[in-house]
Amino acid sequence: MKTNPGQNLLQGLDYSVLQQCMHCGMCLPTCPTYDATQLERNSPRGRIALMRAIADERLPVTKSFGEEMYYCLGCLACESACPAGVDYTHLFETARAEIERSGVLDTPQRTLTRSLILRHLFGHRLLLHGVGRMLYLYQASGLQSLVRRLGLTRLLPKRLREMETLTPTVRARFSDQLIHETETPAGTQRLTVGMLTGCVQDMLYSEINRDTVDVLLAAGCRVITPRGQLCCGSLHGHNGDMEQARIFAKKLINRFDLAQVDIIITNAAGCGSHLKHYDRLLADDPDFAERARLWSAKLRDINEFLVEIGFHKDLPATALSSPGQAVTYHEACHLCHGQKISAQPRQLLQALPGVKLRELPESTWCCGSAGVYNITQPDQSRQLAERKLANILKTGCGTVATANPGCLLQLEKIAETQGKPLRVVHPITLVAEALRRR
Amino acid sequence: MPELSELRRLLTAGSILTEPEDLIPYGFDGTAALFQLPWAVIFPQTTDEVAAVLRFSQKEGIPVVTRGSGTGLSGGSLPMAGSLVLCTVRMNRILEVDAENLTLLTEPGVITLKIAEEAATKGLFYPPDPGSMKISTIGGNVAENSGGLRGLKYGVTRNYVMGLEVVLPNGDITWLGNKCVKDVAGYNLKDLFIGSEGTLGVITKVLLRLVPAPVARRTLLAIYDDMGAAAETVSAIIAAKIIPCTLEFLDRTTIGCVEDFAHVGLPREAAAILLMETDGHPAVVAEEAAAMERIALENHALSVQVAQSAEESIRLATARRSAYSALARVAPTTILEDVTVPRSELARMVRRIQEIGRKYDLRIGTFGHMGDGNLHPTFLTNERDTAEMHRVEEAMREIFEFTLELGGSITGEHGVGLAKKPFLPQMLGDVSMNLLRDIKRTIDPQNLLNPGKIFDQTPAVA
Repeated sequence: MKTNPGQNLLQGLDYSVLQQCMHCGMCLPTCPTYDATQLERNSPRGRIALMRAIADERLPVTKSFGEEMYYCLGCLACESACPAGVDYTHLFETARAEIERSGVLDTPQRTLTRSLILRHLFGHRLLLHGVGRMLYLYQASGLQSLVRRLGLTRLLPKRLREMETLTPTVRARFSDQLIHETETPAGTQRLTVGMLTGCVQDMLYSEINRDTVDVLLAAGCRVITPRGQLCCGSLHGHNGDMEQARIFAKKLINRFDLAQVDIIITNAAGCGSHLKHYDRLLADDPDFAERARLWSAKLRDINEFLVEIGFHKDLPATALSSPGQAVTYHEACHLCHGQKISAQPRQLLQALPGVKLRELPESTWCCGSAGVYNITQPDQSRQLAERKLANILKTGCGTVATANPGCLLQLEKIAETQGKPLRVVHPITLVAEALRRR
Repeated sequence: MPELSELRRLLTAGSILTEPEDLIPYGFDGTAALFQLPWAVIFPQTTDEVAAVLRFSQKEGIPVVTRGSGTGLSGGSLPMAGSLVLCTVRMNRILEVDAENLTLLTEPGVITLKIAEEAATKGLFYPPDPGSMKISTIGGNVAENSGGLRGLKYGVTRNYVMGLEVVLPNGDITWLGNKCVKDVAGYNLKDLFIGSEGTLGVITKVLLRLVPAPVARRTLLAIYDDMGAAAETVSAIIAAKIIPCTLEFLDRTTIGCVEDFAHVGLPREAAAILLMETDGHPAVVAEEAAAMERIALENHALSVQVAQSAEESIRLATARRSAYSALARVAPTTILEDVTVPRSELARMVRRIQEIGRKYDLRIGTFGHMGDGNLHPTFLTNERDTAEMHRVEEAMREIFEFTLELGGSITGEHGVGLAKKPFLPQMLGDVSMNLLRDIKRTIDPQNLLNPGKIFDQTPAVA
């Protein structure tokens, strides 16, 4: 990516990346937004045609183009469907970066919100944790339920009111309090792994990080969890703020001694698909290019890693059977499309004694969480969540497993809204629970 | 340009696009290197709306280009400057499955795969399976008379159309055909509209013929170190009086690209593979599969693998359907041809394509429906390289000329559209070309439906 602030980023893009799309249309049936509207501009090949028109200077960067690129979920289902191998991730991130560079969507309110959230909130660990703590107190003290019961949220503007219902439950203890910096397995040590705690995951699902470490220990790994990790920058990379994404990437790399760890583990799909691309993100940075290459080579999703080392084969012997539970599996977009990891979580779940894995219809169809999409496009997001829940209910399973904090939140919320009892859980938690029953 | 407001009155609200960001994505179809912006895109929902739009087009003299999902491979649904694109995707209901007469009545915007799935729920089978069937519309299939992988045994779209509702350029609505198996009343007008590429009318309903679903099927994969041997196997199977459902051919370039995408375990080192499928009664399937395996080995196949499950068969067929798009992995621009020759001439045609590639220093990936003589030599090139594009044109001309020498056709299933228009007169001759023009003039005297596709209309002789 060029850093010249004056240059149109789509025009600076290697043209062959745009040409790779030969507009055969194979992506259309897999695109949730095209499915919703049947309009070509809401499809991957339509969006690429618009990007190409901008690169060719047949179309200026317009507000309408900006809105289109933020209507796109960035679910990457089109990448899985594309026989021609179009790198939509790269095109999508470049297009959003160009929209931010050119400022076609800028309004004082949007600029302020973006700056507050992307730069300040996610940019400062203390601030993020502070907000997290306040939210925790608001919820744990009963104030939230009181406010909701009294109907005080009606005083909020509509948009904020919708966001208030999205407010996730913050955990009492974050990862650094649950996980020691270095933890050593009881038996033989096979590998040393670095553990990524994430930011959203850290505040809302810190117990999943603990579960991940427990499973890694059981798999014979020494686990190093560097203290005070920051956001990985995926939210920024996916939302057109490449500069900030690069800053975060460098900070995170600096937290790890890459020579010390054989593998770096993430358990959040959305982060993983970004973390694996640090090599591309920092390719032009002389100080970081080499380390970023090493980083990307060592990075693994937890599901991917456990199957790679054959841990799932040991599970039936080491884990204790639980009362038969029917589980279905929702594929996070950035795991199945972004990282092409589809079989491994199923292999882990199937290896658990007592777990009956039932296939979810449309398992690879986006649930509408999609980063901050549930905030920016609430209607489309809700429709996708409803479709997903209906499919989950069809399976008759009381538990759905999914490997991304955004999906976990989205599914918990829609089940709660519709009053359906449903356990939404990370696959690694089910593995950890089975191991603990030993 | 006439007032949009008048057009707006004819259609349901929210059915017209005119902004550049909305129109640019309709400026192309599945064909390489063609782009043209229309004046507007409209989405009618009923036959009456289509009729109203066509009357408007006559009155204002505005050309109308009908489009489904825009997956065509000859530029047939490419807009022309100042034209209206009439997009059928909102006419998307399956209206009836008649299990007593084995027919299915549908609107034109229904996706081909949905029709196949709907038929399957009743134990019936809609055989035509064009490569793009996951997203192509049935209306587009009828207008282009699309083929597919099963053409050899089951024929093409034409063989399954029993009736059509058509809106003529002047807005008149008519039904052609019916549910009768036999019907010789008058000229077969229905057949005139099948494959007419949107130049004679707008298809608003399609009555399809279904057949009982085959009980058994078996898929075989034969591997060769010589392309000619694969072609000879095909000729030998046909000569042995076996008509399999599918006989698909992929060369080495295509095998590599498909494998990169689909990961189904195709042998990258092979010079060619044949994907063969037989379906029908279990006893016949077993017998034919055994015979095809023997014939392939007799014709120097290195090995023949049999798919172990229905899922594996489907995976192989699905991978094959991705061949054209997968070839785009190795070059910025892929230009796909569709020549068809009598099956006895396959080996000569395949060898000649290789020679032409060498002569013009071009990369050509070849795959296709060998069982029905339909080949897809695909130029792997770059539209921005003017010198190479010129060589592509020369090579294409030679391939077409040799095809005609062998008694073949310039297009087996993609249609003439714009891409093959220059070569049609040579194939048909003056008398047939004039007949085409006379028919077009009779039905569309103002030349407003998809003008300039297939051929250019000439002024009527006084």
